[in-house]
Amino acid sequence: MSELKLPSYLEQSEIVKDRFERMKKRPVTLQVKNLHKEFETPQGKVIALKDINFETYKREFVCVIGPSGCGKSTLIRILAGLETPSSGEVLLDGIAVTDPGPDRGMVFQGYTLFPWLTVKKNVMFGLEMAGHGNKNSEEQALQWIDLVGLSKFANSYPHQLSGGMKQRVAIARALANQPRILLMDEPFGALDAQTRAKMQSYLHEIWKNIDVTILFITHDLDEAVYLADRVLILKAHPGEVQEVIEVPVPQPRSPDQLLSPEFLATKRRLEELIHPPEEEEGINEDKMNMVRMVDVKNEVESVF
Amino acid sequence: MFSKLFAVRKKLDSKQRVYFSILSFLMPLIIWSLISYVPFLWHPKVEITEPGDVVYFTEGMLIDREIFDREVETTIAESKVTPQGLPANPIYLPAPHEVATALYTAFTTEPKRRNEKWLHESLWDSVQVIFWGFVISSIFGVPLGILAGTYDVFSRLFEPFIEFFRYLPAPAFGALAVAILGIHEAPKIAIIFIGTFFQQVLVVSNTTRKLDPSLLEAAMTLGAKRLSLLFRVVIPGIITHLYKDLRILLGWAWTYLIVAELIGTSSGITWFITQQARYKNFDNVYAAIIIIGIIGLTTDIILATLGKKIFPWEKGTAKA
Repeated sequence: MSELKLPSYLEQSEIVKDRFERMKKRPVTLQVKNLHKEFETPQGKVIALKDINFETYKREFVCVIGPSGCGKSTLIRILAGLETPSSGEVLLDGIAVTDPGPDRGMVFQGYTLFPWLTVKKNVMFGLEMAGHGNKNSEEQALQWIDLVGLSKFANSYPHQLSGGMKQRVAIARALANQPRILLMDEPFGALDAQTRAKMQSYLHEIWKNIDVTILFITHDLDEAVYLADRVLILKAHPGEVQEVIEVPVPQPRSPDQLLSPEFLATKRRLEELIHPPEEEEGINEDKMNMVRMVDVKNEVESVF
Repeated sequence: MFSKLFAVRKKLDSKQRVYFSILSFLMPLIIWSLISYVPFLWHPKVEITEPGDVVYFTEGMLIDREIFDREVETTIAESKVTPQGLPANPIYLPAPHEVATALYTAFTTEPKRRNEKWLHESLWDSVQVIFWGFVISSIFGVPLGILAGTYDVFSRLFEPFIEFFRYLPAPAFGALAVAILGIHEAPKIAIIFIGTFFQQVLVVSNTTRKLDPSLLEAAMTLGAKRLSLLFRVVIPGIITHLYKDLRILLGWAWTYLIVAELIGTSSGITWFITQQARYKNFDNVYAAIIIIGIIGLTTDIILATLGKKIFPWEKGTAKA
């Protein structure tokens, strides 16, 4: 890539700076304190997460990004209460998290809609668990389904929906419980690029209109910068917080900003952190040994 | 054409699938017909049409071909009247048309003795034995299997012993069942139960374990706890597979039927088969065996169709 003159990712315009200042005055929703997680494996102890500390503010959009094996998924599973940390604690509105619960909605990468329930019944599931009556649940569910634009499919079964639609139902299902925080574990990872971009815009629309904090895991740099207020970068082996970046791209976001200097500067910083330049030659073992295997007399002698 | 027919794991078009399904029934029938109707294929016996001067031959008698040939040679050598005969198959292999006729006449033939049952009555007895054996087994086996598949406690508590017990052949309990339950229907139902129950618990627990754990996790993040996880997620999540398991297990239950019915006083279709074999009415024996097959296959087809009606989301889970 030719050297583009980019501003520093730390430079923020007045509007952006002001917004972050106001944001930090909001109440803290989620607080993660000295979180530590170890796994026992046949090869010995593996430290998945080491001394993780961060907090999210009310209605903030935080993305967590990191190379594979950095413990992103373990982190979000601990936040959801699906796994217990080895030490440290997670506080939601000041109360310690121990079990999974409806105050933390979760959207998984795999489609986890219940195949035996229609879209409507899927969304009603959490409401019924919370003890809402059948009629009340149905009314609320239909509102949420309308919000994600799937009213026509309320009585369809999940197998009749496309991948993007399934994730919209999953989002509606999680939001129907009106959680304090929405945890999203690479929710668009299995979608094609176009659907993915559309889903990102949808998600931003939803976030703007609903009182919910979002913690979003991804390995896609563009997605992280495009969606997040702040990006939390994890390092692998052991999983540690490397940096928390305040994204200098002004809100509300639109796809035109994908080439703005702030956007590119932030993305470059993420790239540096996640794919650091190779330090020493020779250590890298996955180098390909390329030998020309095309006959000299081949009709297409060179691809260039 | 040829390469398309043998494409690995590619479905044939629907017409071809029907053709080959019909062929799968036709093939054994064709082989059977060839052996029965083509005189030079097999036919190890000779049916005497004209005894000639051989003293012990009578008309309609079946005799080994070698003996017949020897007798023919002897009569020629002694210039007596030679016996005549047609190539025939042994009595235990009736021709297809004979069995086809028997499929009808077996129902219309009056029992030889006053207290004996008609074929349809015998069949009904058998169906009842299967039904009760299977239902009683399922009432206990399905819940136990689901519990064992869901909670490790129950898995450890039940499965090791059941794993041991399922190797004990059900018929081995025949004498015991008669001693405890008498000689009529009860011990037969017990044998079907023993043959089905232990497999059932293990099959169902295994199916339960195959439920995608992320569905349970999703339910938990939506606020489902304990019993609602079991009743709102585990059971509906496995129900289609459970239904398929039960269809397969019902087939197994039929395989225990014949042994079960020999216990105590022989009854049902088994009684009919042994009785007919004793009278050497092998056409009836084959007819009865075929009827068992027809009943089994028909039940399965009905259950499969019913399944598609009860579980409208089935199509989706089958693909996943």
